[in-house]
Amino acid sequence: MPTIHLWGALRPAVGGAESIELNASTIRELFQLLEEQHPKTHTFIEDGIAVSVDGTIYQDNWSQPLPPDSEIYLLPRIAGG
Amino acid sequence: MNKETTFTQRTFKSVGTRPVRPDGIDKVTGRARYGADYDMPGQLVGLILRSPHPHATIKKIDTSAAEKLPGVKAVVTAKDLPDLTDGDEDLKNILENCMARKKAYYDGHAVAAVAAVDANTAKAALKLIAVEYKIHKHVTDVDKAVDPKAPVLHKDCFTTGVKPTPTKASNIAAVSEFGHGKVNQGFKQADFIVERNFRTEQTHQGYIEPHACVASVSPDGTGELWVCTQGHFVFRQQCAQLLGMDMAKLRVTSSEIGGGFGGKTHLWLEPVALALSRKANLPVKLTMTREDVFRASGPTSATSIDIKIGIKEDGTITAGEATLRYTSGPWAGSWAMLGAMTAFACYDMEHVKTTGIEVLVNRPKTTAYRAPSAPMAAFAVESVIDELAAKIEKDPVQVRIQNAAKEGTQSSYGPTYGPIGIGPTLEAAASHPHMSAPLGKNQGRGMACGFWFNFGGQSCTHINIDVDGTVTLTVGTIDVGGARASLSLVVAEELGISYEQVKTVIGDTGNLGYNEMTDGSRGTFASSMSAIMSARNAIDEMKQRAAMMWDIPLEKITWEDGHAHATGKGNHAPLSIAEIAAKAGKTGGPIAGHAELNADGAGVSFATHICDVEVDPETGYTRIVRYTVIQDAGKAVHPTYVEGQFQGGATQGIGWALNEEYVYGDDGRLQNAGFLDYRIPVCSDLPMIDTQILEIPNPNHPYGIRGVGETSIVPPLAAIGNAVSNAFGVRMTHVPMSPTRILDALEKAEVTTA
Repeated sequence: MPTIHLWGALRPAVGGAESIELNASTIRELFQLLEEQHPKTHTFIEDGIAVSVDGTIYQDNWSQPLPPDSEIYLLPRIAGG
Repeated sequence: MNKETTFTQRTFKSVGTRPVRPDGIDKVTGRARYGADYDMPGQLVGLILRSPHPHATIKKIDTSAAEKLPGVKAVVTAKDLPDLTDGDEDLKNILENCMARKKAYYDGHAVAAVAAVDANTAKAALKLIAVEYKIHKHVTDVDKAVDPKAPVLHKDCFTTGVKPTPTKASNIAAVSEFGHGKVNQGFKQADFIVERNFRTEQTHQGYIEPHACVASVSPDGTGELWVCTQGHFVFRQQCAQLLGMDMAKLRVTSSEIGGGFGGKTHLWLEPVALALSRKANLPVKLTMTREDVFRASGPTSATSIDIKIGIKEDGTITAGEATLRYTSGPWAGSWAMLGAMTAFACYDMEHVKTTGIEVLVNRPKTTAYRAPSAPMAAFAVESVIDELAAKIEKDPVQVRIQNAAKEGTQSSYGPTYGPIGIGPTLEAAASHPHMSAPLGKNQGRGMACGFWFNFGGQSCTHINIDVDGTVTLTVGTIDVGGARASLSLVVAEELGISYEQVKTVIGDTGNLGYNEMTDGSRGTFASSMSAIMSARNAIDEMKQRAAMMWDIPLEKITWEDGHAHATGKGNHAPLSIAEIAAKAGKTGGPIAGHAELNADGAGVSFATHICDVEVDPETGYTRIVRYTVIQDAGKAVHPTYVEGQFQGGATQGIGWALNEEYVYGDDGRLQNAGFLDYRIPVCSDLPMIDTQILEIPNPNHPYGIRGVGETSIVPPLAAIGNAVSNAFGVRMTHVPMSPTRILDALEKAEVTTA
């Protein structure tokens, strides 16, 4: 089951944990399970969460696979100038 | 045909060359049409009335006299822009910024607008609008705004990101934390610790073209918007929602852009122009003056950063901690968060912690500025690292090399890095001739590193193979820095034809699917990925047409050097694109290639800068003597443009470091809303900025491309700060390092040593 690391601002929405475990195989499943198990994350998901999978940051790709042993970080969406 | 977006070790014929820029003649001869260069029949002149108060409740607005003035066709206030944001807080803030609702939150905040037959009538009408204000205490300083006694901008602002959520409103909108390890433990391992506060002042992107648009809304609900923007698809989406229009019925066309650097990613006056046009039932042109741009568009944050870094005698950085307070204007932003994410991103650190604090102030709404928030954080981190290197008597470049992040390093913001370029840029700096060149009297040398994320995002492109064999590429990303040339090179490369055969144009919102902004250094990275896929689809189609022309199976066709080739038996001379296109009408109709994708995997970017300055001890004036930028481009598609991006970012950073700042009076009004008093660098202020492009391929792009547009603004504040400090032995902690601040620092140093 992949360990999902959370950035600081998201932690209060899951009860303060730095990381959680979710049995997700894609980014879409990850968001579905995250909202199901931690409803307070809804606003963050609606606003947009970037997902770093083994160091590559995905902003919008629901179908991206999450290999079981991959490193996963949830991050705020990055914009720029 | 390969549709994979991962990097392949291909060799290039067109990519990497330096053809003449396609927009050059139009721009130097005045043919290019910018935001204010477009006119519609019957067009009215729009003007905006702005609050002279930094913080005031709008008790009453009486527009009746203005409406009665002959020649006035429409007057709008917040009542004409009802809240249709449906719970979208960011969009609501945009709406409230475009037109104040209950309160004016900064000097220059729009409170009403008029459209009239000419400028004089519009000006007269503005004077007839009576606004009754109740004036409140204001706060513009970042540190004063977080004081519990500061006037609070919003009674419903309760800090997010902390537990428990505060019950008392404040100007701290949000707090975000990043890091890993245990910093206290790391500091215990340190032989030396430096702890300081750094401040940077608010700056503007300083684009030469002010905001401008022409809006036309018909009674049937359709509309057009001609606008200077970094993202017309985003503008359409947001304007349509704010005006209650169907997106498909609002066509947005982007003009040429006279600079944006993040400042044109945001709506400022466009919804107002549409509202005026809808009310007047005539087109309306709305432009900002330079004063308007300074007072009421989106500068960067002013910051106050507390930083602490520990180091061992052997040069190992043991821990780093930073608390970063960033102004975001009157509404919550994510600027401190970005500062917190980027601050220590260049380094491999076992113990690191950053806390970003978003601070509300009575200043204009903060907007992105080229690698937003990273330069200020880098100023603090890179200054302290230089100071620590001096304490352990080691070369600052070698200290950075020793601690540089590399593939496999856990970044300070979380994820583990793949292949990255910080180490190579530092090694290149260490061996660069600039680093060992002699220095003159009153001169000092400094260097610093910088990081930026880069971004990909939604992109959609279309290729038309024209009947003469030339090729039109239509993209939906604005060309802010040479993307049209670069994308033409990419399509020429993929199709196997010359650059001169390809013309890249920017489509309007009716031409293509949604494209995200040209921001986050994504324009060439993302649109080139989509353009490559469009070209590959067009090649697939041309191979099918060739198969039909030769009457052989598709499997027998290959594509090489711009020609279809028949394999196997038979005597078929290769068919060029022109020959295939000439028969298109008989083989199935027009030939095109389309693609749409999410361009993920932009790949992070690093740079190292070296700077020599000369400080006049009498006047405090600082001259840039020599400046070198070293940055990883992944693959430089058009090296001249890449160098231009490096030089442009460095130049803006130099202005930020030495001259530029918003100056507010005690009355909360901006004192220097013009280029005379807000001085950006011009050519005569600068030496030729040298560049060195490194090419460490991005594994997530077919050509290895990374974004290059932003990172080069990150190191200059610190590089110049280190150079100035090295010139006369006093650590500079406040940007801009204006002559006054330098003289003050010199005076304090003399007092201390006397």
